This record gives sequence, C-alpha cells and structure tokens, in this order.
Amino acid sequence: MNRDTFLPPTSQTSNSAAAAGRAYQPTQAITYLCANCAAPNTLSRSDPVRCRECGHRVLYKQRTRRMVQFEAR
Amino acid sequence: MAYTKPRNRVGIEHDRVTDVSSTDFPGYYPGEDHSWSIEKFKNHFKVHIEYLNELNSEFDLIGVDPSIANAFRRIMISEIPTLAIEYVYIENNTSIIQDEVLAHRLGLIPLKANPDYMHWFKKDDPEFEPTDYDTLVLHLSAKCTVNPNAPEGTTDPKMLYNNAHVYARDIVYEPQGHQTEWYPDGVTAANPDILIAKLRPGQEIDLSMHCILGIGQDHAKFSPVATASYRLLPTIDIIGEPITGELASKFKSCFPKGVVAINSKGEAVVKDARKDTVSREVLRHPEFEGRVKLGRQRDHFIYCVESTGAIPPDQIFLKSVQLLKKKCEILRKFNLSA
Repeated sequence: MNRDTFLPPTSQTSNSAAAAGRAYQPTQAITYLCANCAAPNTLSRSDPVRCRECGHRVLYKQRTRRMVQFEAR
Repeated sequence: MAYTKPRNRVGIEHDRVTDVSSTDFPGYYPGEDHSWSIEKFKNHFKVHIEYLNELNSEFDLIGVDPSIANAFRRIMISEIPTLAIEYVYIENNTSIIQDEVLAHRLGLIPLKANPDYMHWFKKDDPEFEPTDYDTLVLHLSAKCTVNPNAPEGTTDPKMLYNNAHVYARDIVYEPQGHQTEWYPDGVTAANPDILIAKLRPGQEIDLSMHCILGIGQDHAKFSPVATASYRLLPTIDIIGEPITGELASKFKSCFPKGVVAINSKGEAVVKDARKDTVSREVLRHPEFEGRVKLGRQRDHFIYCVESTGAIPPDQIFLKSVQLLKKKCEILRKFNLSA
C-alpha cells in the first residue's frame, strides 16, 4: 500500500473504537452476584440491573481471583 | 517455746511479705559452708509429679534456686520451637472477616504436629525456597449455600445454610515429599472446634497456608504452652497450744477445703498446705493472733504447665532443660575466667 491509496477514516462507520472515540465495551458478559439471594447473574451491556432469580436490583461485582499473600501475625 | 522460722521460709504477715531473698550462699552465715557443689545438690534435689495428663501437668522441683526455676519457666514460654501457620495465600475470601484478620486468626490455631522433624525456615535469606523439610502446606476452602431441605420456620443458621460455620477441623493437610513418613496421621488442629469464620450464602473462603517452625519470642502463636507458671509451696505453722473446740472449726473455715482437718482430740491440724491459696483470711481474726504463722517454702517450686496440644507437657519441660543445657555449653565455649 503506497501513500496515495491511504485514506484517513472520516465517517462514523469506522470499525476502530479508539479512532471513533467510543467507550470501552467488554466483549464478554460479566457475572455479578445478587445482594439478596447470592445467585450469579450474567449481564451484558443492555440488560437491566436486576437479579434473574429474585428480581432484586442490587448486584455486586465479584472479588478478583488473584491470590493475595498475608503473614499470619 | 518461741517460734523460730526455718531459713528457707518466706514469711507472710497480714500486710507484708518478709524474707523474700534466699540466704544459702557463701558468707551469709559465718562459719558455715554454703559453697555450691554438685554432690550437695544431688542429695537435696527432689522431683515430684503431682499429676500429668495429655494437656496439663503439675510437678514440684524441690531444692533449686529461683534463678534456675525461672529460667525453665521462661524457656518453656518463649524458646521451645513449634509449628504454626505463618504464610496465608488467599485465593478468595468474600466472608465478612477481612483478609488480614482472617490470616491472623488462622495463625493462632495450635497444630498437632511434632516439630522435631522440621528444619528452620530461613526467613531472612531471600534466596531460600520452602521445601518439605521446613514447610507444611494446609488448605482451607468452604462455600456457603442455602440448604433447600431446611425445616420450615427454622432460624438456626446451621440448619438454613450449608457451611455456615467454618471450623478448624475443616483445614486439610497436604503432605509434601517425605512428610508422609514423619506425619503418617496427618496434621490437624489440636482443637478441632475452633470457629474460624461464619459465612452466609454466596460467601466463600478459599486459601492455602504454609506452616513453619518458630519460637514464642518471635510470636506468641509459636509458644507450646497455654501457660507455664510456678508458685512456692505454702506453709502453715500452728504455734504453741493446739487450737481446739469452737476455735478449731473457725480456724478450719479460714482455709480452703482440705487444708486444715480436725483430729480425734478436737485439735486443728494442717492436713494439706499445698491446697492453700494463701488468702491470709486467718490473719484477720484477733483470736488467732500469734497462734499461726503463714509462709512459703523458698526452694519448693510447684510448676503448672498447660500444653496447647502440640507437645505433651512433660516433653515441654524436658525440652526446656535441654535448651538451658545447650545455652550453658555455648557460654562455656568462651574463656570466662580470663
């Protein structure tokens, strides 16, 4: 590809999210825990914040599974 | 006949304690030989075991100096190595107990594991890698869920949920390398009913732990004793005329049960001074003034050693003797007379 054939993106139809200035969208859905019944809920972007099991509207993000070291003192 | 207090007696008055320091050293009594010799010590020294069981013991050392007796006590508390949880690796902890508090609680659990097989974990060496010779690996994982079979109307969390309480018995030992030979029965908590955390549905604990050798001086969790203490043998001397009749029963009631008895002649006699708590109640009554002398025998030490469960109490004491011996050997390597 030489210089003459390159066209900078100008329209909003571009596929690049960074170039278009759009917010980060996680591709996979995240699992949240219901504050009321502790059921795991997998929500995507457009889903209402609501537990599928009990209808409770408070959902917690899960703790990281990364290991933490402590001294037992 | 005037009462003369024996030399090895501490006097106990209603408001003070007298003759606390020992006098059996050269030069205190003119013309008497109080030089220390191993033969004299062997002739006088006595050991008496009052009771000894899995966790508790009471025994007497008779004829030792307080400095030696105290050395044993201090070594038992702070210098006998035992195993305890030192490093906690938390994968997940969604319980209401914070990670560091949980780690601290786990560290304080006494473990039933013989420390003799283990080597020292070299903490200050950054190159040091834990091996099966110096580290025990334990795991703890529990997840609380709702119990669907809970009886109607119950409010007991243990019935409503599975794993609502996490106990020390839930800790699982994972043998490494040669450890199956040293710990064929595994490693468990000395007290399986210690409550570590309470959980509610959805909460989870998942962690592994490393146990290493340590001494009580570094952290109390490494101390093999719940308490190691000594007291001096109490003495009660009835002076002059025997205490009889009504007074005898009053005299008896001034002491704990079993200390004073009344003989066939109706006289109060000291049956077992060891049971006395030295409350000095008898010194409050004017009718007993000058008729009784309370004291303690200065070279009779009554030890009380309570084990946490890792090492039996008799072994703890023997180890303290070994350790003091070792310390003396180190001291003798220096040329002290020069």
